[in-house]
Amino acid sequence: MIRKSIALLALAVSATACGGGSGETPKAAEKVTLTYSLWDPNQLPAYQECATAFTAASGVQVKINQQGWEDYWNGLTTALVSGTAPDVITNHVAYYPELAANNQLLDIQPYVDRDKVDLKQYTGDLASLWVKDGKRYGLPQDWDTIALVYNVKSVKDAKVDPAGLKDLTWNPTDGGTFGELIKKLTVDSNGKRGDEAGFDKSKVATYGWGLEQGGGVVGQTQWSWMALSTGFQYLDKNPFGTDYKLDDPRLAQTLTWWQDQMKAGYVMPRQEAGRLGLEPMMQTGKAALVPDGSWRIGTWAGSTEQKFAFAPLPKGPQGRKSIINGLAPSITAATKHPDQAWQWVKFLGSPACQDLVAKRAVVFPAISAAATAAAESHKAKGVDVSAFTDIAADPASLSYYPITGSANEINTEAQAVIDQIQELKVAPADALRQLDTRIADILK
Amino acid sequence: MTLTVGRAGPARATGQHGTRRRRPSSDARVAWLFLLPSLAGFAVFYLAPTLRGFWISLTDWNLLSEPRFVGLDNYRDMLADGKFWNALRITAEYVVINIGSQTVLALAIAVLMDRLTRSVLVRAAIVVPWLVPNVTVAIVTLFMLDHNVGFVNHVLELLGLEAQAFYGDSDQAIATIALVNTWRNMGYTALLFFAGMQMIPRNLYEAAAVDGAGEWTMFRRVTLPLLRPVTVLVLVVSVIGSFQIFDTVAVTTKGGPADATRVIYYYIYQKAFNEFHMGYAAAMAATLFAILIALTATQMRMLRASTSDLR
Repeated sequence: MIRKSIALLALAVSATACGGGSGETPKAAEKVTLTYSLWDPNQLPAYQECATAFTAASGVQVKINQQGWEDYWNGLTTALVSGTAPDVITNHVAYYPELAANNQLLDIQPYVDRDKVDLKQYTGDLASLWVKDGKRYGLPQDWDTIALVYNVKSVKDAKVDPAGLKDLTWNPTDGGTFGELIKKLTVDSNGKRGDEAGFDKSKVATYGWGLEQGGGVVGQTQWSWMALSTGFQYLDKNPFGTDYKLDDPRLAQTLTWWQDQMKAGYVMPRQEAGRLGLEPMMQTGKAALVPDGSWRIGTWAGSTEQKFAFAPLPKGPQGRKSIINGLAPSITAATKHPDQAWQWVKFLGSPACQDLVAKRAVVFPAISAAATAAAESHKAKGVDVSAFTDIAADPASLSYYPITGSANEINTEAQAVIDQIQELKVAPADALRQLDTRIADILK
Repeated sequence: MTLTVGRAGPARATGQHGTRRRRPSSDARVAWLFLLPSLAGFAVFYLAPTLRGFWISLTDWNLLSEPRFVGLDNYRDMLADGKFWNALRITAEYVVINIGSQTVLALAIAVLMDRLTRSVLVRAAIVVPWLVPNVTVAIVTLFMLDHNVGFVNHVLELLGLEAQAFYGDSDQAIATIALVNTWRNMGYTALLFFAGMQMIPRNLYEAAAVDGAGEWTMFRRVTLPLLRPVTVLVLVVSVIGSFQIFDTVAVTTKGGPADATRVIYYYIYQKAFNEFHMGYAAAMAATLFAILIALTATQMRMLRASTSDLR
């Protein structure tokens, strides 16, 4: 199916390319079809709606191609090499530096200047994430933050007041009230809770804290918020730092505390977490709480098996900290229709499109007003997403996704170490120090 | 199978009557004509890419910009790369578990088929797992072996055993992958052995039975020695195939946990298409090519592949 649609896409691209080649002078009647690609199937309907609106307004057709995350990035490289890449791609901050460094992306700064795009309409500092060496490679289209997801029944059964979850604290020494909470939420097969005498950590029925595998060097949902709340910073500067600070003792301390909770039986062990992600463990009640990103609000809010709700991240020694990250459309350098591609990018970054996205509320649109509208749509459905939106409104709580070159290589290297920490095979302090050296080699 | 052709073929027939005559040159021309299509295919789809691969291994190339010649730098880096050696070690581990279990089980199945039933239905049923695409097998087992929702662990718990992580535990992951592929391939391998067994004259078994040999002795003294050429073929093909383990890893573990399943093909793939070090990936591929050639040559030699005891 996917392969077939790629072939069709390639055909479409070459067909339009031929059409463009014959008439060098732009004719008003020339029919242009842009190709646009994205990876999240949940977002496809929203952007399809944008595309329809865009075609109605400009006469330019947009053909959207959706592929899963991994196929998307592998396919993109080969498509760029073979000259069949889409005109506009959905881009991620972990990937765009490498594409830009290889001259595969169009600098849109001249267009932004010409059309006087208001970069202040976007949430926080999202727009500047896409600037590298004075060139701009995307306009923010959405953002995401992290919050806690909990099983309402588990919290009730533990006799914890849900209102109290709004003011959790955490520190890497005793874990604060968050540490207390996950002990209480952990129940063994005899019904004993983690903070009661006789708790058997080898027979846990429900873990207080679920575990998602992966995360690489960032640990965006897994541990970033703990480490950042101690004052830890990933890089010497962001974006485009050249030195990862993984030998920071505060990071080692954070991950050691995390590992201690695993040893004590309050966190789902890595071996049990499985490769199917957070959903099975939360839906089957094997875990009571997990930190997760706003891009999965729909999954949790729409669950029919369990009732889930959201709570803000705990306050650490340096306050509450969440990574904020966002996607942006980039124009590929080889596009035959740069002007029309820019019209589409501008439309994606405008209220006209983002208000449509907000109505469907699959993601938080980058424009602050549209994000508020998305939160309202959630509220109308009875879902309180303030845990995600409040933190996004507070610049002091936000930390931007670490952006460097060679992100894939660094993530592979770091993931192996995080796996070993989760399998309790290494002490975080030593392992992180060695990892720091290896990553420094990659970035050299 | 090649054996049958060799024994009954015309080349052998002329050879039996003393001196070999040189073929007229017109024959050779016709022969080349017949070979041409496959030679052309070989040159375009195998030889040229292989040579190009060797050339890429001498360059620094990230797919998107122009390749830069760096001589043997990639090979030097490779020898100093702990992950490369780790990948080779894990691949070897995989091959030993996979080929070991697969060959033994396939032989057992083939003997059972040969001695007990000639039913076409059984023969067909035995290759069914092999007809399921690798990726499908990987996805299905990923769910069946999951710790939380997997059927296999459910059964283990019913039997009073502890649930296992399988793919999720760095100590079990590579063995899990190897055994899953053993399950998929053993039926097909068994069929190859079974075909080989059909060439062993039945009267040998009758003679052995008259001499008082049991099933086990017959298997050891008759079946195994006479099956050797087929065994070599099966081993060479399946070892090469086993070294190329990729899809199951790509679907289930992606090289993790903690690098425990980063087999050489997956590492090559990651370097080439995730990290864009095409030159380095090509250098590893070239090395693997050399290793496989050496390994095959050794196997052929040690098992005297070209001679049969059936004379």
